[in-house]
Amino acid sequence: MSKNKAITVSTSPWRTFKDKLAQYSVTTGGCLVLVALLLIFFYLLYVVEPVFHGAEVAPRAGTGTYTVQQNTLALGMEEQSEIAYQFEQTGILKFYQIEESKALAPLRQVTVLSEPVQAFAYSAPHQNTYLYASGRSILFVRPEFKISYPDNVRQITPEVSYPMGRTLIPVVPEGEQIQHVAFAWDEDQIGVASITEAGNAYFSTFEGEENFMTGEITWSSDSQKIAEKVSGTQALLMAPNVGRVFLIAKNQLQVFDTRDVDDISTLYQLPVNEMSANVLTASLLSGANSILIANDNGMISQWFEVNEESGRQLKEIRRFETNMTGINGIYPEFFRKTFFVTSENGQLSAFHTTNHAELWQGDLGDTPIRHLGISPRSDTLILQDGNQLKVFDVANEHPEVSWEALWSEIWYEGYQTPAYTWQSTSASDDFEPKFSLVPISFGTMKAAFYAMLFSVPIAIAAAIYTAYFMSSGMRKVVKPTIEIMEALPTVILGFLAGLWLAPIMENHLPGVVLLLLALPISTLSAALLWHYASPAVKNKVPEGWDAIVLIPVVLIAGAIALGLGPIFEELLFDGNVREFITNDLGIDYSQRNALVVGIAMGFAVIPTIFSITEDAIFSVPKHLSNGSLALGATRWQTLTRVVLLTASPGIFSAVMMGLGRAVGETMIVLMATGNTPIMDWNIFQGMRTLSANIAVEMPESEVGSSHYRILFLAAFVLFIFTFLFNTVAEFVRQRLRDKYSSL
Amino acid sequence: MQQWFKSGSPWIWMTAGAVSISLISVIGLLSLIAWRGLSFFWPSPVHEFQMKVNQHAITQQTIIGEIYDRETIPTSQLRSAGVHLDGYREETATRYLVKTGNREFVELDFRWILAHDIEQMQTPEGMAVFERTQNGNFYGYLVAVSRDGNLIKNDLQNMLSDVLERTSSINEQLYDLQHDEIGRINYQIEKLRLKQRALEINNDLTEDKRQKIEADVQALKQEYAVLEKQLFALRDESARDYVVVKDMRGKEVQLNLSQVLDVYYPNDMSFFGKIGHFFAQLGKFITDEPREANTEGGVFPAIFGTVFMVMLMAVIVTPFGVVAAIYLHEYAGNHSVTKIIRIAVINLAGVPSVVYGVFGLGFFVYMLGGSLDKLFYPEALPTPTFGTPGVIWSALTLAILTLPVVIVSTEEGLSRIPSSVRQGSLALGATKAETLWRIVIPMASPAIMTGLILAVARAAGEVAPLMLVGVVKLAPTLPVDGNFPFVHVDRKFMHLGFHIYDVGFQSPNIEAARPLVYATAFLLVSVIVALNMTAIGIRNHLRERFRALEQ
Repeated sequence: MSKNKAITVSTSPWRTFKDKLAQYSVTTGGCLVLVALLLIFFYLLYVVEPVFHGAEVAPRAGTGTYTVQQNTLALGMEEQSEIAYQFEQTGILKFYQIEESKALAPLRQVTVLSEPVQAFAYSAPHQNTYLYASGRSILFVRPEFKISYPDNVRQITPEVSYPMGRTLIPVVPEGEQIQHVAFAWDEDQIGVASITEAGNAYFSTFEGEENFMTGEITWSSDSQKIAEKVSGTQALLMAPNVGRVFLIAKNQLQVFDTRDVDDISTLYQLPVNEMSANVLTASLLSGANSILIANDNGMISQWFEVNEESGRQLKEIRRFETNMTGINGIYPEFFRKTFFVTSENGQLSAFHTTNHAELWQGDLGDTPIRHLGISPRSDTLILQDGNQLKVFDVANEHPEVSWEALWSEIWYEGYQTPAYTWQSTSASDDFEPKFSLVPISFGTMKAAFYAMLFSVPIAIAAAIYTAYFMSSGMRKVVKPTIEIMEALPTVILGFLAGLWLAPIMENHLPGVVLLLLALPISTLSAALLWHYASPAVKNKVPEGWDAIVLIPVVLIAGAIALGLGPIFEELLFDGNVREFITNDLGIDYSQRNALVVGIAMGFAVIPTIFSITEDAIFSVPKHLSNGSLALGATRWQTLTRVVLLTASPGIFSAVMMGLGRAVGETMIVLMATGNTPIMDWNIFQGMRTLSANIAVEMPESEVGSSHYRILFLAAFVLFIFTFLFNTVAEFVRQRLRDKYSSL
Repeated sequence: MQQWFKSGSPWIWMTAGAVSISLISVIGLLSLIAWRGLSFFWPSPVHEFQMKVNQHAITQQTIIGEIYDRETIPTSQLRSAGVHLDGYREETATRYLVKTGNREFVELDFRWILAHDIEQMQTPEGMAVFERTQNGNFYGYLVAVSRDGNLIKNDLQNMLSDVLERTSSINEQLYDLQHDEIGRINYQIEKLRLKQRALEINNDLTEDKRQKIEADVQALKQEYAVLEKQLFALRDESARDYVVVKDMRGKEVQLNLSQVLDVYYPNDMSFFGKIGHFFAQLGKFITDEPREANTEGGVFPAIFGTVFMVMLMAVIVTPFGVVAAIYLHEYAGNHSVTKIIRIAVINLAGVPSVVYGVFGLGFFVYMLGGSLDKLFYPEALPTPTFGTPGVIWSALTLAILTLPVVIVSTEEGLSRIPSSVRQGSLALGATKAETLWRIVIPMASPAIMTGLILAVARAAGEVAPLMLVGVVKLAPTLPVDGNFPFVHVDRKFMHLGFHIYDVGFQSPNIEAARPLVYATAFLLVSVIVALNMTAIGIRNHLRERFRALEQ
């Protein structure tokens, strides 16, 4: 090298420059490979990482505060978080403009009710309806926002609508006064639950009648008394589908089934307070399957109905421990399972039920937080702290994802027990996403396990024979033939597995099982026959051609096994082995199962393992085996005690490479299984793997959503898995190469 | 015997058995695909079954169709499925899967019939098979041909082929008009709309410019109106003729010839006629576009898409792969950075392909493509131009995926060049760069070629990443067409591998699509195996040559 330089220096500088340029550009180009790998790694990480961010709640800069005199009943915000509204005790609805770095400014106010307000209630957030009660009557109110585009600029105008008209509608008998009220407005179904001063609880439904002349709808109510002598009411709630009324009084929760107005019954009655504590307030989580109950010792419990053998039960599922005293409100988000908790001492916390986590906790001062409103997009809060209205920004993109939610058992709403479940999407908005990576990781391992079970013995045995016993002429043909399988597109293997192999396996299951027995037996008996065959026959076949001799044997044995299959089926299983498996063994059988995947993916992996193992065995120095043979060892002894031992790191590395391929294989699993994310080692059941999951769900996931990022996480997990396998295999192989060269 | 066991000979035989199993499975797999794929094109006879009418659940006396599959199943299974088998005593029964076609007149175009229920089975002469643009094949006997309103009843077959030829030439004109002319006008109108929008965004839309664009659009619209008239005239012309066919219900049915692509008479064909038909069908499969949700017709767009994407990928991957291999073999010393790079190469080869797809979707499509759109195509937003899966992103993604293949192969080629050649060049005063450029790379070019072929073979068979970064089941336009700039790398494309997945697993009529899937699979496998064989051939040839050189 140095000599070379000496020559070039003495030549023209232009040539030297070109030489240097080539050197630097080639070096840069070489390092690009590393850059590509690192880019993939860090890009995946970059997409995944926001998932693990905690929530942030911070006062919006510049919006300042706005002092209010009156008692607030509820706060809310429209979709764009540009206008907030406040229901006051006086029956006035006020709108405020929230603008970027401008103080909160009153926009408009409407007197909704001029009579004295006795009770107030709001619907589930997405139903966006409010209710004032005065005397024995109620009034529904809806703040609405009209969007117009004068001069191509979006303008939002607040309006107030009265879905049942401006007249108050009586819901309790004359002479009684409503004290507590709750309601739900589910498109055509409207229900109101009310408790009067006299301690009577009523449930009312409404029916509208259209006047043909004017088109006006007149509403009439139908009320039922559902309980008497109610005292010490702590909370009254109604499920958004009008099917349940929850009443907590004196720490006792009473749940009414109100689906059928003519047959209202009490479903449960049970104490719901924590030990030596009292219930302060309660709220329904979005989706309204769960009820959240706050106690005066700072404990918040989540309850929902669970299907048990003895029927449906209301159960306490989990508790959120807080150090808050005087909790005065629980506010669920619109669609997700996050809820905010406020206290008399100015504390504010955010929790997420599914992953049982406190997302954020803060102290806003000593004054009580009286009310809180969450924007529909859950990115803004408006709250009344003392008598100040304040606006907060919430950064809470992925509350449903945490280490716990991904990898441990979670008790999802409506489930009997905690479970590992993957169910990422559903038709409804307030669905609880189930992002457990455990079942799909399990599926990946299951598929890889069955594939390895099938491929490792065949590939290694074939490699041993090809490298050690086969004649070199035949080896030249056999090795590329088997290796060509590696080039076969996996989509073709998957398609054959799904559409050709799976039905065959289903119809010839006993035959396939017989085949597993028939192959070794027929091989051994052919070998024995060969042993006793006359030398004349033997000499006709050159040494190392045994594999060719065996091909007809294997074919015939296979045909016999498959042919005998139905007979065995008739004899042992009454002619229907599938029925036997499902009914007598109690194992579920699906057509596209792990056995099919194991065989198909096994075929995909065989050439990888075969090729590397064959190389490792073939490159064992010849003098080692020759020495062993010279010392009187048989060929088999030499193989097992010398050759295989020396080549074992290479074989290990081959298996690792094969495992890496099996773990990441997509198309075969996608096409040869039913892709159901279940956790079951049963060989007759399918699975869903990480890679198939990505291929199935990625195209329909929303960019930037938790689902999208979790799919990236799945890809990242795959990347790490295969990185480990490949790196270990490569290290072992390099060590082996060094060892051979020293031998 | 015991000694025989002790000698280890049985175990050797067992390992030999493993080789046999591997060989059988490879060859069996390839022959299965070849057999199933090729038999799709062979004209199979059309049978006419006379069914026993008194049997249960058989409502039709005559069934006409191709035998698609036959199987033997235990009678017990049939009985438990509720099939009546009165007076049948055998253990097993044979049944045929018959493709009856005529989809618009029967409920199912595939049905199982039991051999037991068949009274008589024959392959009558004169049976015609119509390939149609809609509703699949039609089977029946020719009754009459209507040409320009005259009903003709003699010399039917020749008459029909004449009329059909005329109709199909009209159909061709129709197709050209629709795709080339009208497609061009639509494309230009869309371009003008985008131009106007771009000017609007830049506040550059003066009244002059606006009027000019509008005038252009008007001119195009007038042109369109003329073409549309032509189109309707041609349509009327092609819809004028029809053929009357008697189907298996015994009813005479009129088939409009504008919907008939081809007609043939498999039962009348001689062996050589069948061979001719076989190649004709094979040709049509390769050059035609798919019909009826990809379950009929050819795969031309998929072939074109695959080839185009793979070529684009080859252009990207070759320079990088070759440079990296040259660095590793010629420049890098044996230090830790080199070791890390080697591990990176191995890992790039081992990372599951779907991970590349995820990376490509996030990084190339959304990040790079999204930024390109914001910079260069703001007028089209919110409709993405490059910020959506497309052929360029597929090519880039697969380029990273196949990079290690090129590197490994090129490096192997470089290592086979004897060092004496390099030393000779250096000794004559050439610089290292000159030695590389004039001596080493030319000598290694077959190895580079090998790497490229292997990379192409790998890319042609990859499906999982493409599903995320650009492949679609049906692309309305090819990535190359007659509209400026002729090559549209932002378009989505069709791919043979994905076609197999889509037609085999997402198609509504899997039974009808299955042979087509086998044919597509055969096409893909033969291309990939041929590419690999070529690569292996070049490599072996190279080895021999350098071995000779070294001596």
